[in-house]
Amino acid sequence: MSKSSELAEKAERFGLARVGARPPLPTYLKQVWERRDFTLSLARYRIQSENERNRLGMAWVLLRPSFQALVYGTVFGFIMTGASRPDNFVSFLVIGVFSLEFFNSSMNGGAKAIISNTSLVQSLPFPRMVLPVAKVLENLMNFMPTLALMFILAIIFGSRPDWSWFLFIPLVLLFTIFNLGIAFIFSRLTVHFRDLSQLIPFVSRMIFYTSGVFFDPSRLLEGRPPIFAAIYDWHPLHNVLSIARGILLEDHEMPVEYWFNFSVWAVVMVSVGTVFFWKAEERYGRAN
Amino acid sequence: MAEPTDAGARDGVTAEDPVVICDDVHVEYSTLATGKKATASSVGGLLNRGRSLQTVHALKGVSFVANANESIGIIGTNGSGKSTLMRTITGLTPATRGAVYAKSRPNLLGIGAALLNDLSGSRNIILGGLALGMTRTEIEEKYDDIVEFTGLREFIDMPMRTYSSGMTARLKFGIATAKHHEILIVDEALSVGDREFQKRSEARIREIREAAGTVFLVSHSMRSIKDTCNRTIWIEKGELRADGETDAVVEEYVKHK
Repeated sequence: MSKSSELAEKAERFGLARVGARPPLPTYLKQVWERRDFTLSLARYRIQSENERNRLGMAWVLLRPSFQALVYGTVFGFIMTGASRPDNFVSFLVIGVFSLEFFNSSMNGGAKAIISNTSLVQSLPFPRMVLPVAKVLENLMNFMPTLALMFILAIIFGSRPDWSWFLFIPLVLLFTIFNLGIAFIFSRLTVHFRDLSQLIPFVSRMIFYTSGVFFDPSRLLEGRPPIFAAIYDWHPLHNVLSIARGILLEDHEMPVEYWFNFSVWAVVMVSVGTVFFWKAEERYGRAN
Repeated sequence: MAEPTDAGARDGVTAEDPVVICDDVHVEYSTLATGKKATASSVGGLLNRGRSLQTVHALKGVSFVANANESIGIIGTNGSGKSTLMRTITGLTPATRGAVYAKSRPNLLGIGAALLNDLSGSRNIILGGLALGMTRTEIEEKYDDIVEFTGLREFIDMPMRTYSSGMTARLKFGIATAKHHEILIVDEALSVGDREFQKRSEARIREIREAAGTVFLVSHSMRSIKDTCNRTIWIEKGELRADGETDAVVEEYVKHK
């Protein structure tokens, strides 16, 4: 790479390392882990500072998705009548909207994690992966109270809590891992193609409407070629929503094989995302 | 992170003990032809594709070796590439060609970007300290020192957005200087706050300079360069114009102007 000169030799002789060189992946991940305090504080303080200026403060963490669910509920409650409307519509919809919010905010936040923190990236050295990780953690912390609200609403509308509800622990864990992978991929992509951040709202809407937030895809798939059903069996967010509904709602069955499908998704996304993000580590500080 | 080495141990070494080596460093920026920097807002959108991107060659092959315990002044006219060079040494702006080698990661004295306006001063001290790579216990130990030094004790629980610009600058300076640096880069605009605080910050810088192994000082003030640096590098239009004894280089620079 560099003009191989005496200076490079000298650097080697005195044990000087190249500044800003991308460390090997295991070292890099260790560095990210060592910065966990910073990552956590960044996530926590960002939530606080975001809600500090609103009078209702942290309540907006619950109010935002609730209003969203209310809007979709009203609109689609009118459009979809009778047979096309899933059973137990309110709980069905709340589970969909609240869970998708975690995914969408991770994808959008991940996409902005580097490009909206350019000055931070340019002024302090730390493994850049801290930024998308902090973003997903921030979203996870915001997701927790909505999850509680989701349980409460499910109970109000007729579900009986039982031990199977603890399955939400592995589900949220897998979901977080999956979202981390998504955030890594998008945070690098927008560094290369800024225009992508304009496209992301459409991508997230596409995912939102196809994943079955307010309808049950299995009913639409009846009578279509089996390939569609196969694709839906591997739609990661449809997997999440189906599992969540299977756990919470009495009249929905949990498709056990979706656990496997979604685990595959989570592991693949986070591995691909980590390597993909790490490869461009040296690129993130550059001005253009 | 770099492990703190004993500065005294280096005194025995006489001839050469390089800690930073710049090997033919080139930095190029792409800029829109309008002269605006290609930022998120100006580059987004397909319309801009028509505009030509121009390449600015900010550094054109700078090479030098900095040894332990040297204080190196960096001088040059505005836009000569001083700040780019310093950012490249810290690894924050990657070199387009060439490379920078260093014994431990050089630190730029600055913290502003990590802080959050809506948070209180005390939380910003914690966040800023963590961003600098300090541990929680280290920050807790130094917390009182920092607050004392900034002189903001009665405002420390108020959001930073309510601070005046001088108070914010003091807070940032206090956090940034709390960490031990082995290779330190100090950019000129350090004289913040009122005269009393300026004196205190100058004293703090001197302390840090003495504790740090190697210091780069970027400044337009020939007086502070002469006061503190035993060696000076003059950068002009991205090229290394002179490198040597401070007095000789400064004299040449002043004559040139």
